[in-house]
Amino acid sequence: MNAFSSIKFTQEKVVVLVAITTFVIFSIFLTGFFSTSNLIGLVRNVSVLGILGVGMGIVIIGRGVDLSVVSILAISAAYFIELLNAGVPMWSSFVIVLGLVLLVGAISGFLIAYAEVPPIFTTLAMGLFVYGFGRSQLMGQDVAYISDEYISVLDLGTIKFAGVPMEVFVFAGVCFVAMLFLRYTKYGRYTYFMGDNNLAARNIGVPVRPMIILQYILSALFSAVAGAIVAGTLLSMNTRIVNSTLLYDVILIVVLGGIGLSGGKGGIRNVIFGALLIGILLNGMTILDLEDTHQNLIKALILLGVIIIDTSINQRDEQTEKQGDI
Amino acid sequence: MFSYKKLLRLLAVVTTLIFSSTTFAQVDPGPELARKALEGKRVVLMPMAMGFDLAQGWNYYIGKEVNSWGGIFETRDPNWSVEAGAQALTDVIASKPDIIIVHNPDLRSYVKLYKRAQKAGIYVIQIDNRSAYNTEAFIGSNWETLGELEATAALNFCGEGTSGKIGLIQGEQVNASSIDQYNGIMNIVSKHDHLTIASKPYSGWDATKAQAVTTTMLQQHPDMCAIIDFWDGTATGTAAAIRAAGKTGEIALITTGGGEEVDCKMLNDGTIDAIVSTEIPKQSAAVNAVIKFLLQSGVPAGEMVTFNYTDETITTKDDIYPGYCWSLQRNAAKTTW
Repeated sequence: MNAFSSIKFTQEKVVVLVAITTFVIFSIFLTGFFSTSNLIGLVRNVSVLGILGVGMGIVIIGRGVDLSVVSILAISAAYFIELLNAGVPMWSSFVIVLGLVLLVGAISGFLIAYAEVPPIFTTLAMGLFVYGFGRSQLMGQDVAYISDEYISVLDLGTIKFAGVPMEVFVFAGVCFVAMLFLRYTKYGRYTYFMGDNNLAARNIGVPVRPMIILQYILSALFSAVAGAIVAGTLLSMNTRIVNSTLLYDVILIVVLGGIGLSGGKGGIRNVIFGALLIGILLNGMTILDLEDTHQNLIKALILLGVIIIDTSINQRDEQTEKQGDI
Repeated sequence: MFSYKKLLRLLAVVTTLIFSSTTFAQVDPGPELARKALEGKRVVLMPMAMGFDLAQGWNYYIGKEVNSWGGIFETRDPNWSVEAGAQALTDVIASKPDIIIVHNPDLRSYVKLYKRAQKAGIYVIQIDNRSAYNTEAFIGSNWETLGELEATAALNFCGEGTSGKIGLIQGEQVNASSIDQYNGIMNIVSKHDHLTIASKPYSGWDATKAQAVTTTMLQQHPDMCAIIDFWDGTATGTAAAIRAAGKTGEIALITTGGGEEVDCKMLNDGTIDAIVSTEIPKQSAAVNAVIKFLLQSGVPAGEMVTFNYTDETITTKDDIYPGYCWSLQRNAAKTTW
C-alpha cells in the first residue's frame, strides 16, 4: 500500500521519532536546552498536563472521554482553599473535597453507565456544572488565595528531592499507579476489553457498568491531584484556567501519544511520550523567544503532521470504520 | 400718559422679575436639572468577566453611584468568551440602554457593535483596554506610560553593576494592554545601555503558563535582575517559578494590577517587589463623572471622543499602609448601597 508498510510504524513510534528529532535539533542548536536543570524544568512544566492525561487516558482506553477534568481540577483546589480560609480544619476540608470529587466522578460514571448518556455530553455538562456551581455557590471571586497561616504547610512548589521538584515525582507516581492498574489488575484488563469491544466484554462477564463508574472516579481523582499541585505551587487557584486551552492540550497529548479515541489501545507510556513532545516544543520555543502566534502555528503544524503520517501509515481497520472515531 | 393696560404689563414684568430673582436666590436649579437628566437612565457594564477583582471593583464603585442618583445599573458576564460578549452586547444594544461600559478583550472584536450602539443613540464608554475604535470615552490606563513606570521600577533593581537583564512575561500578542505595556517598557530600556530584555515569553494571561515559561526563562538567564509580569493575575505563577528556583529576593518581580488587597499582601510578603496599580476606585470615579457628564451633555452619541487616563504611580512595600488597598471583601460586606 505504501513504502512504509514493511516496517510497522505505530503512531506511538511516529511521536517518539518526532520528539527525539526535535530534542536532538534543540540540543544541538539551542544553547542551554540540553542541561540537566532545563530538562528537569521541561518535565516539571508538563507534569500537570501529564497527570490529567493519565486520567483521561484511562477513560479513553475504556472508550469514553472526560471533558470535566479541568473544571474538577480548578474547583476542587479552589474550594479546598475556600474551606481553609473559612476556618474549616485542614483534614475536614480534605475529606469534604475528596468526597465531592469522588461523588462528581461517580455521578458522571453513573449517567454514562446506567442512563446511557454519551460520555462526551455527560462530562461536558458535568464540567460546566462543577465550574458553574463552584464559582457561583462555593466561592466569592475567581481566584482563591491560600492564607498566610497555611502557606508554610501547603507551599509545595519549593519541595525538591535531589534537585528534582515535587511535581515530577507526583507525575511519576501517578503514572506508576495507573500503569499498575492497567497492566496488573483485572480491572485494568477489563478497561481494555471494554474499549476494544464493549458488547463482547459484557458477554464474557465483565461488570461493564460499575467499571465505567470506576474509570470516571479515577479520572476525577487524578484531576484533583493535578489541582492540588497547581494550587500548591501557585499558592492560589485561579478558576480562569477552565477557559484556557488546557482541556484540549490534555486530549491532544493522549491522542497524539497514541491512545486512539476509539478505545482499547495504548497505555501510560503513550501519555508520557505525548506530554514530553509538547514539553520539548514549548521549552524550545520559549528559549527561542518566538511570538505566541508563531508558537501556536508551529505546534499545530507538528500535530497535523503527526496525524497525517499516522493515518497514512495506519489505515483504519474495519472495526473503527464501523464504529467511527469521536 | 400711562394707559391702564401698559401699567398692568409693567407690573407683571416687575413681579416676575422679583419672583424669579428670589427663586434664583433660594433654590439651586442644579440638583433638579441633574435629577431630570439622570433619573431612570440605564447603564450597563460588561467587563471581560464578572468574577475577577477589576470587574468586581467597577461593579461596586460604579453601581453604587449609579444607584445613588436613581439610575438603573446592570451588568453582563461573558466569562472571558469574546463570542458570548458579542452576543450579550448585541442583546444589550437592542434593549436600548443609555450608556454601555465595555472592557475590550482585544483591539477589534467589538468595534462594529460600538458603531451600531452609537447609531442607536447609546453612549459607549471603553474601560481599561482600548480598542481600535474611539468612542465617547476611554477610561483606564495609558498602558504605554504604565509600561514606562514598570521599567522605571525595574531600574531600581537593575542599576549599573547588575546584569541589567530584564525578563518580560507578556500577556497576549493581540491585546492592547499587552502591546502598549511592551512599547512603554522598550521606551525606557532603549534609553539605558546597560538594560537588555533577556527573554519575553507570553503567558496568555494564564498563571500556570506564566510559571512554566518563567521556569524555562530562569534556566537560560539565572542572572536576571528583574522580571516584569504584565498582570498581577499571572504574577502568582511567575513568583512561584522564582521561588522554586530559589531566586526570591535576587530577582525582582514587578507587575501591574487593580490595587486590590491581594496586591498589598503580595507586596508585604515579598511575592512582588513593585506594582503599578491601575487604582480601581479612582478609575471608577472617573467613569462616574463621565457618565454624569454624558447624560447631561445633550451631545448626540458618536460625536465626541475623549480619553481619560488614570494617574498612576509605582508602589512598593514602603508606600503601603493598612487600608491602602481597596478590598473586595470589605466591599462585599457593605451590601446596602
